[in-house]
Amino acid sequence: MCDQTFLAITFGPCDNCSQNKPLMNIYLKNEPINYCSLCVELMACQGLAKGETTNTLKAESESLKAKLEEERAKLHDVELHQVAEKIDALGQFVMKTRRTLKGHGNKVLCMDWCRDKRRIVSSSQDGKVIVWDAYTTNKEHAVTMPCTWVMACAYAPSGCAVACGGLDNKCSVYPLSLDKNENLAAKKKSVAMHTNYLSSCSFTNSDMQILTSSGDGTCALWDVESGQLLQSFHGHSADVLSLDLAPSETGNTFVSGGCDKKANVWDMRSGQNVQSFETHESDINNVKYYPSGDAFATGSDDATCRLYDLRADREVAIYSKDSIIFGASSVDFSLSGRLLFAGYNDYTINVWDVLKGTRVAILFGHENRVSTVRVSPDGTAFCSGSWDNTLRIWA
Amino acid sequence: MARDMSDKEILKMELDQLKLEVNTPRTAVSTTAPEIIAFVEGKSAEDPLIKGVPEDKNPFKEKGGCIIT
Repeated sequence: MCDQTFLAITFGPCDNCSQNKPLMNIYLKNEPINYCSLCVELMACQGLAKGETTNTLKAESESLKAKLEEERAKLHDVELHQVAEKIDALGQFVMKTRRTLKGHGNKVLCMDWCRDKRRIVSSSQDGKVIVWDAYTTNKEHAVTMPCTWVMACAYAPSGCAVACGGLDNKCSVYPLSLDKNENLAAKKKSVAMHTNYLSSCSFTNSDMQILTSSGDGTCALWDVESGQLLQSFHGHSADVLSLDLAPSETGNTFVSGGCDKKANVWDMRSGQNVQSFETHESDINNVKYYPSGDAFATGSDDATCRLYDLRADREVAIYSKDSIIFGASSVDFSLSGRLLFAGYNDYTINVWDVLKGTRVAILFGHENRVSTVRVSPDGTAFCSGSWDNTLRIWA
Repeated sequence: MARDMSDKEILKMELDQLKLEVNTPRTAVSTTAPEIIAFVEGKSAEDPLIKGVPEDKNPFKEKGGCIIT
């Protein structure tokens, strides 16, 4: 889809400086104004304090960034994989596809496990959201959303509801009932409203609150019952693609990653951005907290996954190989945090040793790019969803 | 939202954020790395994907033939 914009240039006296110049036809409060480009610039600069121009702000920003790097570098006295040298290497991995869940008519975009370790909800491009029983591969519920590209879905902690959203800019919660004949779409509750697509959603520790991230560059915390916005998080300068909540013991924070190559850590109560990391070279597609809550991993279009330590406030490991040139779309840790599973756009899943920084296995099986990877709540298996319309359970 | 903000406003936002971050308390990697390693070592013993699960206990392993009940 191309948007072709044609700019018609008129030539004549400027309303402000009265000189004959090419005019920019702009609208101020619905009134058409014909200013020359010089006057438009002057007008835009009036919003800044005296002496501030884009250049001075940029210069100040660069110098602060340099200072920040300096402060961080002071504490970078050893590499994680050096400290990890004395640990035993992991044995050979034998992981195979144990179940293949077929039923989606189009690309699978997102999935989530239920806390009962058995049920899975998945969403796809054609607007279908399906709840599966992973042990038997039976479909338990299916809902058709009114929009396509359902990019986010999440299971409620109680297992009684699912939330999903995508191009409709909303996050909707569907309560799941035991009665198979009941029409789930009738009970839908719209909770979140963004001004652009919904990229990710997650329930907090209860069924009552949902955290969402969107293509409009913000994240937001909503109350499910009333649909009210409880807190909004501004700080990204481009689409936010993913978020993850800190494991419950460690407090009220969450991490988000986006197209501005930044990963930000936020305090949920104050809405404040407490830490920010910008070392990736391209969009960050997925972020995941480490099981201990002191670190998080990111997967990005620059074909690397990185581990950031929150207390040292820096990146401590990069998981990459020259032979991997496709972006990583999704990452998740095993229960202990020793393994990092990452799904890539070259149809494979790479398994990395988190501490040593080496790859321990490559898993083949999908016939199109892997869009989502999640380890089950008890760590016995992990599930991957792909653009080949299937989900696979590996153990 | 981010798309509606002019470049100058985005730069201002980034600048305020950086000023906050320069003063965050940090710990050395030599302290935090061993702690991460200790955490992993402690939990690795119980990690089903590392130590493996016996065939009969794993709900995802292949079942035998059909079971008619």
